[in-house]
Amino acid sequence: MLTLKNISTRYGAIKALTDVSLEVEKGAVATLIGANGAGKSTTLRSIMGLCQPYEGEVLFEGKKINGIPTHRIAAMGIALVPEGRAVFANLTVLENLELGGYLQRDHGKLKRDIEHVYEVFPRLKERLAQMAGTLSGGEQQMLAIGRALMAHPRLLLLDEPSLGLAPLMVHAIFEAIDRINKEGTTVLLVEQNANLALKRSQKAYVLETGRIIMQGSSAELANDPRVKEAYLGD
Amino acid sequence: MKRLLWIAGTIGALLLLQWGATALLLDGPIRQGPYYYQIIILAGINIVLAVSLNLTNGIAGQFSIGHAGFFAVGAYMAASVSYYGGPAIRGAVSFLPLVGQDTVVLILALAAAALATALAGLLVGIPSLRLRGDYLAIVTLGFGEIIRVLILNIDAVGGARGFSGIPKLSNFFWVYLLVAAVIATVWNLVRSSYGRAFQAIRENEIAAQAMGVDVTRHKVLAFVISSMFAGMAGCLFGHYTMYLHTNSFTFVKSFEIIIMIAIGGLGSIEGAVLGAVLLTVLPEAFRGFEGYRMIVYSLAVILIMIYRPQGILGQVSVIKRVRAHFITKKAAREAATKAASSAAKMPVKAEGA
Repeated sequence: MLTLKNISTRYGAIKALTDVSLEVEKGAVATLIGANGAGKSTTLRSIMGLCQPYEGEVLFEGKKINGIPTHRIAAMGIALVPEGRAVFANLTVLENLELGGYLQRDHGKLKRDIEHVYEVFPRLKERLAQMAGTLSGGEQQMLAIGRALMAHPRLLLLDEPSLGLAPLMVHAIFEAIDRINKEGTTVLLVEQNANLALKRSQKAYVLETGRIIMQGSSAELANDPRVKEAYLGD
Repeated sequence: MKRLLWIAGTIGALLLLQWGATALLLDGPIRQGPYYYQIIILAGINIVLAVSLNLTNGIAGQFSIGHAGFFAVGAYMAASVSYYGGPAIRGAVSFLPLVGQDTVVLILALAAAALATALAGLLVGIPSLRLRGDYLAIVTLGFGEIIRVLILNIDAVGGARGFSGIPKLSNFFWVYLLVAAVIATVWNLVRSSYGRAFQAIRENEIAAQAMGVDVTRHKVLAFVISSMFAGMAGCLFGHYTMYLHTNSFTFVKSFEIIIMIAIGGLGSIEGAVLGAVLLTVLPEAFRGFEGYRMIVYSLAVILIMIYRPQGILGQVSVIKRVRAHFITKKAAREAATKAASSAAKMPVKAEGA
């Protein structure tokens, strides 16, 4: 479904990604793990067109998408849940969701989609008239994911959904991600919490200073001594 | 159908308001003299400027500090049309009574002002809004000054002497019609998908893009609409004062408009209206302080900013807040009835078992 072929990206003179290749199969949950500054977010940004790889190709469902503006990539069926959640703080929960369905012009469908998000995250329904900025961190993460779901993405890019959340909340978020995946959305998950990410995914890539240094099935990587030492804290 | 009713209702309400206000004013300030009448006209012009700037600065979150520049472009463009083209236009519609001729000239001048400023907005907006950050502020500040100096050197519009001999075509009716138009436009825009996109851009550009919003296009659109209304305000201003001088369009005027929306509450239409009225009336009300007038006025502005930094009405529209209150209540009611009905079902289930 998504293929990255040898992409390299830089910010000014600083190289952030070198020769990154990865593949996400339809219906799967793939994960990208690595330390701070390894280039995980940059990989997602390169897919979404928020920064342009100067080398290599990004293919989505067989079509080359690098070079296309971000809003058009969004319309093709990729949704991004940005790092740090990036909810529209001064808008209400409901308005945030409505904006998630920005490309949906059918009012009836929009309403049904909102109901669906409330089903996945009942907590949001209780908060619908509240300003998004006044929600707790976990609720904001729920809102960010719910907002992304509104666009009916075929591929969901999640940037550190567990960042700064209480363990109970992390659990709830990952349950929801499981559900979203089972409902047919392919997921590419970027996480610092490698333990959790490897448990919840089928395929994993390890990123270090902008290069993929290891890849394989998540179960394999979870038992790899190098991964265990560097990322799982054993 | 619903939309049509809405529009008809809005127009009806506006006409009623127009009629009511005119009736009220005819017995009040207008009879009492031109001084109060002028303040009311200037307040109307400032409302148009503030509400339109609020679309760019408050709602779409792009910081423009050159609104006076667009105000000037509109004023001079419209004045040129009616000064140089006026006789020809009147000749072409000589079959109309004098009032009708006036109306035609003013409408053409308004259209020219709107067109010229929309174009200017496009030219300034496209290059500077493609970039993220403070570029718009820098470019618009420069634009405002360039326009002012340019006009100062065009002899056909009076140059440094000022542009005199502009026919008096604008009045209470036209100014407040434009006020109604700008409020209705921005109001409807905010509630449309465009308005949602503007707000998304203000809150977070990256998230807005990721949601499918064409950020540059929407920023330029907000900016062009905003500039266009400033230009139309300029037209009515020139045709009211009958004389234009570049001193009315310095960057101080731009900042005055920014202060209006900051005081009222950035992003709120009601706030922009309130701010514009306050900042027109306050300096006049403080005339009693003679020489200390500007100090008292500045002090009032500073005090408001210290004790109410989010503006008098805050960022969020009052009406939106009231609506949010009702939505929460409705949701609570629904939850309560749901709980009650499931509680009612429980014993039935127990009996069945």
